[in-house]
Amino acid sequence: MEKQLLLGDEALAQGAIDAGLSGVYAYPGTPSTEIMEYVQGSKLAAERNIHRKWSANEKTAMEAAIGMSYAGKRAMVCFKHVGLNVAADAFVNAAVTGVNGGLVVVSADDPSMHSSQNEQDSRFYAKFAMIPILEPSNQQEAYDMAYIAFELSEQLNVPIMIRITTRLAHSRADVVRKAMKQQNEVKLPSDPRQFVLLPAIARRNYKKLLLGQAAMELEAEKSPFNQYIEGANKKMGIITTGIAFNYLMENYPDRVCPYPVLKITQYPLPQKLVSKIYNECDELLILEEGAPVVEEMIRGFLNLGKPVHGRLNGLLPRDGELNPNLVAKSLGMSYYEGNAIPEIVKNRPPSLCQGCGHRDVYADLNEALKEYGTGRVFADIGCYTLGALPPFNAINTTVDMGASITMAKGAADAGLVPAVAVIGDSTFTHSGMTGLLDAVLENAPITVIISDNSTTGMTGGQDSSALGKILEICKGIGVDPEHIHVTTPLHKNHEENVALIKKELAYQGVSVIIPQRECIQTFARRKREEKKNA
Amino acid sequence: MKSDIILAGVGGQGILSIAAAIGLAAVKENLYIKQAEVHGMSQRGGDVQSNLRISDKPIASDLIPAGKATLILSVEPMESLRYLPLLSENGWLVTNSTPFNNITDYPSTESIIAEIKKVKNHIIIDADAIAKEAGSSRASNIVMLGAASPFLDMPFESIEDGIRQLFGRKGADVVETNLKALRAGRAYTEKNS
Ligand SMILES: Cc1ncc(C[n+]2csc(CCOP(=O)(O)OP(=O)(O)O)c2C)c(N)n1
Ligand code: SF4
Repeated sequence: MEKQLLLGDEALAQGAIDAGLSGVYAYPGTPSTEIMEYVQGSKLAAERNIHRKWSANEKTAMEAAIGMSYAGKRAMVCFKHVGLNVAADAFVNAAVTGVNGGLVVVSADDPSMHSSQNEQDSRFYAKFAMIPILEPSNQQEAYDMAYIAFELSEQLNVPIMIRITTRLAHSRADVVRKAMKQQNEVKLPSDPRQFVLLPAIARRNYKKLLLGQAAMELEAEKSPFNQYIEGANKKMGIITTGIAFNYLMENYPDRVCPYPVLKITQYPLPQKLVSKIYNECDELLILEEGAPVVEEMIRGFLNLGKPVHGRLNGLLPRDGELNPNLVAKSLGMSYYEGNAIPEIVKNRPPSLCQGCGHRDVYADLNEALKEYGTGRVFADIGCYTLGALPPFNAINTTVDMGASITMAKGAADAGLVPAVAVIGDSTFTHSGMTGLLDAVLENAPITVIISDNSTTGMTGGQDSSALGKILEICKGIGVDPEHIHVTTPLHKNHEENVALIKKELAYQGVSVIIPQRECIQTFARRKREEKKNA
Repeated sequence: MKSDIILAGVGGQGILSIAAAIGLAAVKENLYIKQAEVHGMSQRGGDVQSNLRISDKPIASDLIPAGKATLILSVEPMESLRYLPLLSENGWLVTNSTPFNNITDYPSTESIIAEIKKVKNHIIIDADAIAKEAGSSRASNIVMLGAASPFLDMPFESIEDGIRQLFGRKGADVVETNLKALRAGRAYTEKNS
């Protein structure tokens, strides 16, 4: 087949489609978003009627995928690394239920936090749940791994994690496709109680999971994705995981490394291969993108063996992405450093678009809060988080999706009254609704501003599950309709909106204000598409 | 053959269309490509860059190492300077001269131009004006591509084909305007380098 230029994300999506995927379940999040978007744009996926609608959050996505697996079909779940925190309960238990149809979980890590609030390493989760990981080192491997992962999942009776990081997710390269597989038919699990995690059954399943570890390791041991590359100089042995291999090889223009290299892309760590490089070499250097997961395992708590170098002994930075130069330094190689960045070059942080409705919301809120002083605005995650920066300096917290409402409530419980929550529409249906129920049950004195731009703006304007539903949801949860207001965040309405916020700040109970104006980027795109289709 | 290109600009300026045109040309030439892009937060008016690597041999890293870029192609003058540590000793810096000023402490144009002129090989071009002359102010990115094309180590015809493929869906007029923009950019560099 001919070559295609695909992002790592797109290669995963295409590999899964070709592997007989029946449904992808996801919530957007950089750098994973383009997986679902590729499936949504794929003609083949439409022809094959592959499920490809966004879920309300990562937990609902994960659970729907487990349901599809239960019914015998192949399902894939995609999210960014912190999405796995949200899905974790379902994820860990899915390892105990096992699968029926192949189940693949793609978790996209963001070392260096280009667009994230932390740089947690998803491999810890897979280890925790005791399931295999595939960690492609390039776009072709991303395709190939998605292509085999469903079968591996069915064979080993566990979900398979595919772990990628930002640079692979968002880098394009040639990919060659393989023959298309049929989707599975609907078929119930042979054991009708496999998915019933009552303690008695869970104990039995869990023993199976433990017993299955040997088979998982055997798969990694013989996996063509894990390679032992001989090297003449045994002073050092190098273990790479995922894309770190590329950064190593970049430093050898003829692509021959003088040291033995163990390239790991399938876990659990293959013990025989690791022992081989350990026994053969005097010292080890571990190159991995993200946390020192493998390094820690090989080094051991007491570090009594041969010298192991990497992020833990300071040869490489403890945090942030790797790159070819950091790897060169760790190998003692020198390179031309280029010219320094001139001093006149200034930082250019991201900012809210000119004309964005969130701007008006913050202008209104800042004005209304003047009499109470600063330090009482609990915000959430989305474009509106940029309200933390000048000129607004409008928000005081951003922790995780949904935390605005619940943190405002906690602060109000502590006596910080009034407390304000600012949350986006997509974040509200992701995980704000349940917190609002907590607040309603105690009639907490908080003012919740749901800044509704009718889209998931930060991640590029995906459909929002909240569209057209927020008002009814708030009423349904039990907010007093007298204290729910829909407004239009426009400069011309400034005074009216300020007065309304002031009034609700003074109210000793839950109020919800819903400033509603479509994101101007989504609006422009919608207009372009309407024109195209006209 | 090996080109390591940094495409630079501000989120929303559309540097990826330049990358796409070069990518299509490279595919036609049967070359290997790796192109790392920035998606996410920075796209909201922050600094963005794309690492575009083209070679006749397989490429290892998605990121260009320090001091190895053969070309910095920037659609914004201050942004062209942000990537100097990546530029090789004989590499070229090709930049648009029109500032995109969305910060409060943006430096003076003179100071930026003075810094750019310190770079051994540089081209400063008013791509916005040339694009307007070519018939579409939106084609300034393609003017920039034309201006950088002599340093791409690829036949110009392949880049023209890339443009045809990229804009083909939008009709013959759009293709023609962009080809005109491409050629005007190239002509500028040929006269000024
Ligand atoms: C658990 C988790 N999932 C996904 C993300 C990625 N993410 C950050 S902001 C955002 C969109 C928020 O949309 P919305 O609340 O509507 O605000 P907008 O960006 O539209 O202003 C998403 C999906 C995240 N940070 N954390
Ligand atoms: S993308 Fe939309 S929501 Fe985000 S800052 Fe721009 S206008 Fe506002």
